[in-house]
Amino acid sequence: MTRDKNAIRTEDLRRHYRMGETMIRAVDGSSLQVRAGEFVALLGSSGSGKSSVLNLIAGLDRPTSGNVTVQDRDLALLSREELAKYRLHVVGMVFQSFNLIASMTLAENVELPLRFSEVERSKRENRAREALERVGLQARMHHRPSELSGGEQQRAALARALINRPKLLLADEPTGNLDSHTGTEIMDLVREFNQQLGMTVVMVTHERALAERYAERMIFLADGKLVGDQPNPVGAEQVMQS
Amino acid sequence: MKIPDLTELALRNLRESLLRNSLTTIGISVGVASLVAMRSLGMGLQQLASRRLVKSGLFDTVFVTSRRDLRNYDRDDQRNGPAPGESRILDEPARKEIENLPNVIEAYPDIRFITELRYQDKPHLTMVSALPESAKSNDAFEGMQGSFFSSDTAPEVILQKAFAEELLGKTSKPGSDDVNVAELAKPLLGRELTMRYAQRQGSQSAAETNRNTSTTGKENTLSGAAYSVVSREQELKIVGVSDLDPENMRGPMRAKVFLPLKLGESLHIMQPTDLRELARAASDQPVYSSISVRVRNPKQVQSVEDSIKKMGFTTFSILDATRSLRQFFAVLDLFLGIFGSLALAVASIGIVNTLVMAILERRREIGIMKAIGASDGDVKRLFFTEAGAMGILGGIVGVAFGWAIGQVINLGTNIYLKRQSLPPENFWAVPWWLVAAAITFAFAVSLVSGWYPAGRAARLDPVQALRYE
Repeated sequence: MTRDKNAIRTEDLRRHYRMGETMIRAVDGSSLQVRAGEFVALLGSSGSGKSSVLNLIAGLDRPTSGNVTVQDRDLALLSREELAKYRLHVVGMVFQSFNLIASMTLAENVELPLRFSEVERSKRENRAREALERVGLQARMHHRPSELSGGEQQRAALARALINRPKLLLADEPTGNLDSHTGTEIMDLVREFNQQLGMTVVMVTHERALAERYAERMIFLADGKLVGDQPNPVGAEQVMQS
Repeated sequence: MKIPDLTELALRNLRESLLRNSLTTIGISVGVASLVAMRSLGMGLQQLASRRLVKSGLFDTVFVTSRRDLRNYDRDDQRNGPAPGESRILDEPARKEIENLPNVIEAYPDIRFITELRYQDKPHLTMVSALPESAKSNDAFEGMQGSFFSSDTAPEVILQKAFAEELLGKTSKPGSDDVNVAELAKPLLGRELTMRYAQRQGSQSAAETNRNTSTTGKENTLSGAAYSVVSREQELKIVGVSDLDPENMRGPMRAKVFLPLKLGESLHIMQPTDLRELARAASDQPVYSSISVRVRNPKQVQSVEDSIKKMGFTTFSILDATRSLRQFFAVLDLFLGIFGSLALAVASIGIVNTLVMAILERRREIGIMKAIGASDGDVKRLFFTEAGAMGILGGIVGVAFGWAIGQVINLGTNIYLKRQSLPPENFWAVPWWLVAAAITFAFAVSLVSGWYPAGRAARLDPVQALRYE
């Protein structure tokens, strides 16, 4: 068996769902590959299906037809339980609205995935502290999300995505709720994870400028279909510079 | 997720919606409290009833009569089996045999007779009965003045209060309960009574007398079967006056004057059965009209009764008579339990409601947990733990609450009883097993209630949940 050099591969991926009388084709036959360690941006206007593709890769949703293979795993063959394990160990996710649990402190939010993977309490605390140090939030460990700025919340979300040392970072509009300065800080962190930890990054965005600045490759989607796939001419140099 | 983590998260979530979850928990505790209260009341009443009866020495007693006693001939168990004439005589060997049966503490003959007692030269006719020493611990002598017999052969008597009144020439008003036994006893204790009785005298001398007086050879005297009846007197000292109401009692307790058993036996008092058994060639050995058998434990009464029946005697125990009473208590208990459980059933709907609401409210949180790797099982177990925690908390609070209700009712009833000049009683029994069972039951009910919401939370589609604002 030859090992796939691609971290992610989708083949003729479709996700249709019915909304009332009409059939919505959120993803309609898109095939794409992402190499291990690559930083890819999924671009498209709203409703283009980019978030749906990301959810399928994340194992949060199952395709109507076609398949998704991540690190030699065919997600279609995984049970619900195995899919949860896949999300826990292989994928780290960040969202536009941060999605931290409001009733928990930052440290508790960050260590939550470790509870699901049944890591011992003492180890959990150390790892949560390390992860928060990496994003510069060690001083805020015991604060609740509501006491923090948007940028800080997104950094905490990144720490949480990192905690189980996944190979894949999936980001859905990570800077969508942030001002441009804070957005840059977050994106610098994402690039750091990509380059220093060797994580494969797939980022959904509708801001072409952001994609050009950070991504190695840009994939364009419209109406659930792949309409463009090109290496980033500008970004590559920027990546080199930084 | 590990159980300590689950518990920690569940308790944290319960604290987050403190008011709603507290209300639900209070609902459960009201249910548990009503269950505990109902069950305790049922058991308390049952214990009260059986404590009284057990202490009265009736529940552990089997009354044995001979089949030859034709007074009971109509009873079913009499009709099957050997004819009365052929069956065994209830005599001393039979008594010994019964006493040697397993689980039998003692078997003593019922000596009871109506005779004349003279006090200060005035005759009084009354029923006298002989009591074994074991009767000392009997509930019947609880409020007794003076003391029990100094020995089993002492020439002493205990009087029933109505007879004491008679001796003193007082007449008790009918229905009035408040006779002061202590006052009655004061002039009587230590005084002497003279009992006149009919003694059965040994066959030897009687047979001889018979031979001497017999003139015609046709009247054959069966050897050993003859005796004479002699009128005798016995001085007896009054040692106690009992508070007992003979109308509530059965067997030997119905008499108004009590003698020690061994004394009663040694006096060879003429018994009605003596005449009956004379028709048969009998020995000098006394024949008893009935024997009371004390059994170690009321539970063994049935088996002892069966073995005595096998020996060919007729038995009777209060257990036969109280079968329907016990049935009544079993049904009462069941109904009280059902009413108690109804409140808990209502409370369990409260749990379902609270958790379904929690799912709606925490939809996004469930979505987040699933997105970062929680399995369906993790989510399900989390909601289960929350339901279970509410159940256990509600159970503990409810048991305490139910216990408190019981104490209040008990207190109230006893105040009422005191006003009615009745002794205080405990109507309430909360055994440890009931505490454990109530909490376990509340836990189980809450888990069942959590089943549907937990399953619903587990099946929640994370994509939908995350989209939901």
